[in-house]
Amino acid sequence: MSIVLENEVDAAAARAAAVARPSIWIRLLRHPSVLIGGCIVLVMMLIGICAPLLGTIPPAQIDPTTRNKRPGVEITVRQDDGSTVQRTVLMGTDSLGRDIYSRVLYGARVSLIVGFSVAALSIAIGVLIGLLSGYIRWLDGIVMRIMDGLMAIPGILLAIGLVSLFRAGLATVIFAIVVPEIPRVVRLVRSVVLTIREEPYVEAAISVGTPLHKILWRHVMPNTVAPVIVQGTFICASAVLAEAALSFLGIGIPTDTPTWGNIMAEGRQFFRVYPHNIFFPAIFLTITVLAVNMLGDGLRDTLDPKMSKRV
Amino acid sequence: MASTNTNRPVLDVRNLSIALPKGGDRPFAAEKVNFTVSPGEIVCLVGESGSGKSVIAQAVMGLLPKALPVVGGEIFLEGENIANASEDRLRELRCVRMSMIFQEPMTALNPVMTCGDQIDEVLRTHTRLDPQKRKDKIIGVFEQVSMPDPPRIYDSYPHQLSGGQRQRVMIAMALVLEPALLIADEPTTALDVTTQAQILELIKEIQRQEGMGVLFITHDFGVVCDIAHRVAVLRLGEMVEAGPTHDILSRPRHPYSRMLISSVPSMLPAERARHDGARMVLRTENLTKVYGGGGLFQKTHSVRAADDVNIVVRQGESLGIVGESGSGKSTVARCIARLIDPTAGRVRLGEDDVALLPQRLLRRHRRRIQIVFQDPYRSLNPRRTVGESIVEGPMNFGASRAEATKRARNLMETVRLDPDALDRYPHQFSGGQRQRICIARALAMEPEVLIADEAVSALDVSVQAQVLKLLDEIRERMNLAMLFITHDLRVAAQVCDEVAVMEKGKVVEYGPVADVFLRPKHTYTQALLAAAPGRDWEFGKFEAA
Repeated sequence: MSIVLENEVDAAAARAAAVARPSIWIRLLRHPSVLIGGCIVLVMMLIGICAPLLGTIPPAQIDPTTRNKRPGVEITVRQDDGSTVQRTVLMGTDSLGRDIYSRVLYGARVSLIVGFSVAALSIAIGVLIGLLSGYIRWLDGIVMRIMDGLMAIPGILLAIGLVSLFRAGLATVIFAIVVPEIPRVVRLVRSVVLTIREEPYVEAAISVGTPLHKILWRHVMPNTVAPVIVQGTFICASAVLAEAALSFLGIGIPTDTPTWGNIMAEGRQFFRVYPHNIFFPAIFLTITVLAVNMLGDGLRDTLDPKMSKRV
Repeated sequence: MASTNTNRPVLDVRNLSIALPKGGDRPFAAEKVNFTVSPGEIVCLVGESGSGKSVIAQAVMGLLPKALPVVGGEIFLEGENIANASEDRLRELRCVRMSMIFQEPMTALNPVMTCGDQIDEVLRTHTRLDPQKRKDKIIGVFEQVSMPDPPRIYDSYPHQLSGGQRQRVMIAMALVLEPALLIADEPTTALDVTTQAQILELIKEIQRQEGMGVLFITHDFGVVCDIAHRVAVLRLGEMVEAGPTHDILSRPRHPYSRMLISSVPSMLPAERARHDGARMVLRTENLTKVYGGGGLFQKTHSVRAADDVNIVVRQGESLGIVGESGSGKSTVARCIARLIDPTAGRVRLGEDDVALLPQRLLRRHRRRIQIVFQDPYRSLNPRRTVGESIVEGPMNFGASRAEATKRARNLMETVRLDPDALDRYPHQFSGGQRQRICIARALAMEPEVLIADEAVSALDVSVQAQVLKLLDEIRERMNLAMLFITHDLRVAAQVCDEVAVMEKGKVVEYGPVADVFLRPKHTYTQALLAAAPGRDWEFGKFEAA
């Protein structure tokens, strides 16, 4: 060490303090559930992005001649020019003759877009409100009562109400799922702020005259990052589920866009005869939510060890 | 006592080595440690943080975490080697033949059980007494540790008792089965001096009555001086010196023990230059802070944390505020620094009254008062380099980054740190170094008043001596007015010109340090001074050999 020291005891303490831990990225990659969960999420994203390249046909294409085929059946498709081609329907077709395989793959797009944007939006809004509410005392009472009010309404019910106010569509669904998620982020951020604001380094910043917005940005906000990322993954998972639930109930994304919830809703009528209509989207939904949750658990263990002991 | 052979030591530790996990700063937590504790003897293990003193105590009790295995040597408890004893055997021995009391009496007691039930559990586990006999025995042991009203204590929960009473409950629990060996791991560190004096007296008295051996662990040479028959000095897991207390304190041979003992500040106030004519920098008039009261739905209990405090600090002068926990000394400091808002009174900075200024107008005056906090590990933002922490203040007041960095480099030299270390993060520094960085951050604002709020309390004695010296030099050189908040009378005696003694929010005695320390008038001041550990011993200043 090049620091000028006055005695060895201090030097030894400094050496002990400087013993480095492996970097956060390495520790994350070593965690099995981060690795497995992350890989599955990545694969799902690739599936969504590359859906047109994976041997799919347009997901909304209706073919009355090939209705309700079971998975693995070989079908003959008549093309526009009159020629015919043989195709194997991997996951069967639904009651309108649409290819389930194509619909499920395209459905990944909506699910992931909803999941990630809900997580991002509710975190952005929640962190802002949480920081202000935790740090500014007079604001706290007002904001937290509003949040309590929001939390008192079941999330899916609130979402149904919000969707019915606007025209159904992707943006509406995202908005409807974001609103009930905000209070959870706010409460989490506020609890972190309440402990950090008492730290001597925050008081030191106050006494050197640092303005409020800089204190919040420099000294308080970085402490919320780890718990918020962890919370974000859980929000992402529940948003994917909420979107599927809304679509299943027929009030989410309009039926011309395939989503896992839509596919299941349409397959519901013939569930006992043709269970594949529900089985395949449900498997994808389950695996995605499981993977995101695993990723979240792993992130929590590495980024926020205190929280992992609590929960 | 059970021991038939009185010459045989209660505890005999031979060549004890305890390994540290790989990747630590040294291979052993304790290396080839030898010592004995005879019946009727108090042996002190003394050392700074990281010296391995607590690890040795845990090894004897068989409480070591798995990461710290005993890798060599023997521990004989009344002739039986327990270094590698089975968990069952250790459970039989604990409380019965050896007992331990801990530093923090609140966390060592179960908060959801009454004190009586907790001790009853010990008796149920280790004896076949019927319930009435057990209760009588517990009430008896409460009497033995001088508890007022033992039946009430029996039915009390830990949170209903004071810190000193909780520690007495811990001692009662340790003593109830009359063990041959009592291990006390910093049992008075979390207590106020007056309580500490009582607990030390109690341990000595019981030890005399019962003829136990006591292994006492401490970092405080004052305590060593008051309690120990023999003392062993530890340094980084190695025992550097051991012998009778008087010999070690008056003629330490090893350079490390010489350095440690020399670092203990003297209780005798140092000779200091007077500052009578100097300009008054800071003055409080009837400063009052009331916590609680009001409340939206019900009247809450209110506490006058600071009550009509009047103090004056002149340029170049250092005023100490001393008192026990809860005396309001930190409240006064924080009101002056405007980290909390005073309820009433004035804080005059030169001509300006900053006590009731709104935040907007206050910002201009912020730079004039700077504060250094107690905990060096929490005073610096761990995510920012120390350079960024130091330049933050000047840049808030319009300095350019280059200018502020240049000043920060100079200040790093002032506090005896390498200016190139500005790019490092706080975790790369030791506690003492961090405290220097905090001082540099405060000085970067060019303040008129520097408040040190228990700024050296968390530091080891040798590091503490250096930081105190540094603070005193800076005050002298920059002609700063300094407000020194401390619970440690020795520190106050060495660095303060004047001293204010606080009790329950009020200043009970205020005057030049020599007058207050040598001729205390108020009974509370007298009690405080009488309770200071090792007050009768003048710790020598030895040259490092």
